[in-house]
Amino acid sequence: MFVRLVYESFRRQQRRKLLAGAAITLGVTVATAMIAVATDIGDKINRELRAIGANLVVTPQEDSLDLEIGGVNLKPPSDGAFLNEADLPSIKGTFWHNNITGFAPMLPVNAAVQHAGKNLEVTLLGTYFAKRLKYGTEEFTTGVRTTYPWWKVSGSWPDDESRDVLVGERLAERLGQKPGDTLSISGQALHISGILSSGGAEDDEIVAPLSLAQQLLGKPGVVRRVYVSALTKPEDAFARRDPKSMSGAIYDRWYCTPYPQAIALQLTEAIPHSNATQIRQVSQNEGAVLTRIEGLIFLITLAALFASALAVSAAMATTVFERRTEVGLMKALGAGKLIVASVFFAEAALLALIGGVAGFAIGTVLAHQIGHSIFNSDISIPPVLLPVILAIAVMVTFAGSAAAIRRAVGLDPVYALRGEL
Amino acid sequence: MSAPMSHQARDLAARREHAPHRSMLLRMLVRAAILRRGRAASALFAMVVAAAVTTAMLNLYVDVQAKLRREFRNYGANIILVGRNGASLPAESLGRVDSVLAGHGVAAPFGVVVARTLQGQAIVVAGTDFDRIRELNKWWSVTNWPAGSQQALVGVRALPLVSPKNQPFELSFQGKTLTVTAAGTVQTGAAEDSRIYLSLPEFVKWTGVQPSTIEVGASGSPQEVAAVMTKLGQQIPAAEVRPVRQIMEGEARVLGKTRATLLAAAALIILTAALCVLATLMGWVFDRRRDFAIMKALGASARLLNGFFAMEAAALGATGAIIGFALGIGIAAWIGRANFHAAVAPRFSVFPVILLGSIGVTLLSAILPISLLRRVQPAVILRGE
Repeated sequence: MFVRLVYESFRRQQRRKLLAGAAITLGVTVATAMIAVATDIGDKINRELRAIGANLVVTPQEDSLDLEIGGVNLKPPSDGAFLNEADLPSIKGTFWHNNITGFAPMLPVNAAVQHAGKNLEVTLLGTYFAKRLKYGTEEFTTGVRTTYPWWKVSGSWPDDESRDVLVGERLAERLGQKPGDTLSISGQALHISGILSSGGAEDDEIVAPLSLAQQLLGKPGVVRRVYVSALTKPEDAFARRDPKSMSGAIYDRWYCTPYPQAIALQLTEAIPHSNATQIRQVSQNEGAVLTRIEGLIFLITLAALFASALAVSAAMATTVFERRTEVGLMKALGAGKLIVASVFFAEAALLALIGGVAGFAIGTVLAHQIGHSIFNSDISIPPVLLPVILAIAVMVTFAGSAAAIRRAVGLDPVYALRGEL
Repeated sequence: MSAPMSHQARDLAARREHAPHRSMLLRMLVRAAILRRGRAASALFAMVVAAAVTTAMLNLYVDVQAKLRREFRNYGANIILVGRNGASLPAESLGRVDSVLAGHGVAAPFGVVVARTLQGQAIVVAGTDFDRIRELNKWWSVTNWPAGSQQALVGVRALPLVSPKNQPFELSFQGKTLTVTAAGTVQTGAAEDSRIYLSLPEFVKWTGVQPSTIEVGASGSPQEVAAVMTKLGQQIPAAEVRPVRQIMEGEARVLGKTRATLLAAAALIILTAALCVLATLMGWVFDRRRDFAIMKALGASARLLNGFFAMEAAALGATGAIIGFALGIGIAAWIGRANFHAAVAPRFSVFPVILLGSIGVTLLSAILPISLLRRVQPAVILRGE
C-alpha cells in the first residue's frame, strides 16, 4: 500500500514532481560544479602562478658569493663551484616529482663578441630551451620555455642540440643584428635563430644551448645553478619549523607535504653537493595570493550551496503545501500522522536521489566546461563526491519539506478537505 | 443604542465617501500582505535572499580585482628605472618618481658597487633606503633592520665570509675604507643573499656613487601602470623605464582567470536564486486563485486584476531588493574582511540593476500564473476544481 501510494503519486502528479525534480536537479548541478571548481581552483591558480617564474633555486654547496649587478655577472668564470649536469634528471625522481612543472639549468659565461672591429664583453647564458630528458623510463621535456613563459622570441627558438643562439633585444639593437644573421662569439661563428625579449637582464645577454656554454667555458657537463618551478602548498607555521627538530611521524608529515621548504630539502638530497632554497619573492607571495583566491572561492561555494539549498527547500515547500487536500483525505480515511509524513518523506527521498544523480551528471559536465573555457585544462571530480552530494541533496530536501509536512499533517482534515486554509 | 450605531454607520459611509478612490487597491494590497503574512513572508524571504546573494556576488566581482591587485603588489617592483648605459640617475629622480606615483605605490633607490673585504674578497655592496625597502619588498626575511650609522644589512651567504663572529668588518672601495657592523641578515634566496646593504646617505658618502636604479611598485590597473611608465619616461629622460614583465603578465593571467571563475559562479548562483524566487512566487500566486476568482466574480476588470497582482509583485520585488541589497553589502563586506582583511566598498551603482532585476523576476512570476488563470471561469475555481 505504502509503495503504491508513492508510485501513484509520481505517476499522477507528473507536473508537480517534474517541477520539484527540476529544482533539485538545478540545485545539485550548481552545488556539484561549484564544489568541483572549489576543490580544483588551488591547483589551477598554482599553475597560472608558475608564470611568474621558478620558485626554487639549486646552487652548489660550496659556492662563492654571487657578483652580480643589474643582472650582469662579474664573477670570474672559473671561480666558484658547479653542479653536475648529469645529476639533473634525478629531480624527477624526488617524492614530489609530479609537482615539479619544470626546471632550467643556467651557466653564465663571459664571451667576447666581435662588433665593428672591436671586442665587446657580453654574458652568454647556457640553458635548456625545451630539452628532452629521461629519468628511468619516464621521458619529459623541460627548459626555459616552461619555467619562463613570459620570454618572447621573434624568430624561432634554437634547438637544444644545435649551435644556434638567441640574442637579447637590447644587445641586438646595439649590435644591429636580426634573426638569421651570424655572430662571431669568442672566435666562433654562431647562427642567430631569434631575438629574445624577457624584460629582464637577459635582454642584454646571449642565450645559448647549455652544451655551447660548457664548451666556451671549457668545462663539459657543468651548470652553475638550476631554477626549479614547483607547485607548492602555501607556507604555514608548521612548514617553517626546523625539520631537524622533528620526531619521526611529524617529520614524515612535513616531508610529505609540498611545502617549498620540503621540496627544497628533497632537491638538496637528489642532487649531490647542492643546496636548494626557495626564491622568497616568488614562493612567499604565491602562497598569499593562492590563499586569498582559494578562500574567496570557498566562501562563494558556501553561498552557492546556500542558494541551491534554499531553491530546493522552496520548491519542496510549495509542492507539499499544494497537496493539503490529499493529506486531509488520507487522515480522514484513518492514516496516522506518522504514515502521512513517511509517505511525503519517501517521495522527497526518491525525488532527491533522482534529481541528485541527474544534477551530479550535469554538474560534472558544467565543471568540465568551466575548466576548459577558463583554464584550458580538465577539472577532476573525485567519484567520492557523488555519495556526499546525494546525502546533502536528501538532507536538504528533507529539511525543505519538513516544515511544510509538519504543517500539512497537523491540519484538521475537515478544513483541509473544504479547502478553507 | 440605535443612535450611536447609526452614527457609526453614517460615519463610516462618510469616511468612505471622502476616501480617495485608489485607496481600495492600496487596502487590498496591505490586507493581502497582513492576512496571509506567512506566505507573503516566505515569498519575501526568498526575494531578500536572492537579492542579497546577487548583490554580494556583483559587489565581489567588481571589487575582487582591486583586492587581488593589492596582493600582487607584494611581489615588489613592477617598473624598474635604470640610468642609460649604466650611468647614475640624476639626484632629483627619486623625488620625481614619488610625485608621479602620488601615493599610489612605493619606490626604492639602489646604488651598487663592487667592494673588497679585508681579505681581498670581492663583494657587492648596495646603498638603499631601508624604510622604502621594507614596504616594497615584503618577502625579504630580515632578522633585524639597521637603524643607526655604520650598520649594515648582510646577506645570509655573505655573513660567514665578512663577519663570522659578528664583529665589525672593513670594506674598501677605490682606496676608501668603511667599518660597519652587521645589524641583521637578509634572506631572499636570490642575489640579495650575497650582498651587503648600507643606508643610502652613508653609501654615497663612502663611495661617491649616486643611485643607478630605482625600483617602483606602482599600484593600479595595467592602464594606470602604463600611464605611470609613460610619465616617468617624460619626467626623467636620463632613465630607461622597463616593466617587470614576469610580474605584470603573471598578475594579468591570475586576475583574468579568477574573475572568469567568479563570473561563472556568479551566473550560476544568480540563476539559482532567480529560479528559487520564481518557483516560490508562482506557487504563492497560484495558491490565491480563490482571491482571484472572488474578485473576478465581484466584477473586477481584467485590468484591475492584472494591476493588483502586478503591483503586489512589484512591491514585493522592491521591498526584497532594498532589504536584500543592504544584506548583500553586509555579506560582501564580511567576505572581504574575512578573506582579504579589507572591507569591500559598497557599490551603489549595482542597486538599480538589483532593483530592476528583482521587480522583473517578481512580475514574471506573477504574470505567468495569472495569464493561465484568466481563461478559467471564476465559478470553476470557487468550486475548487
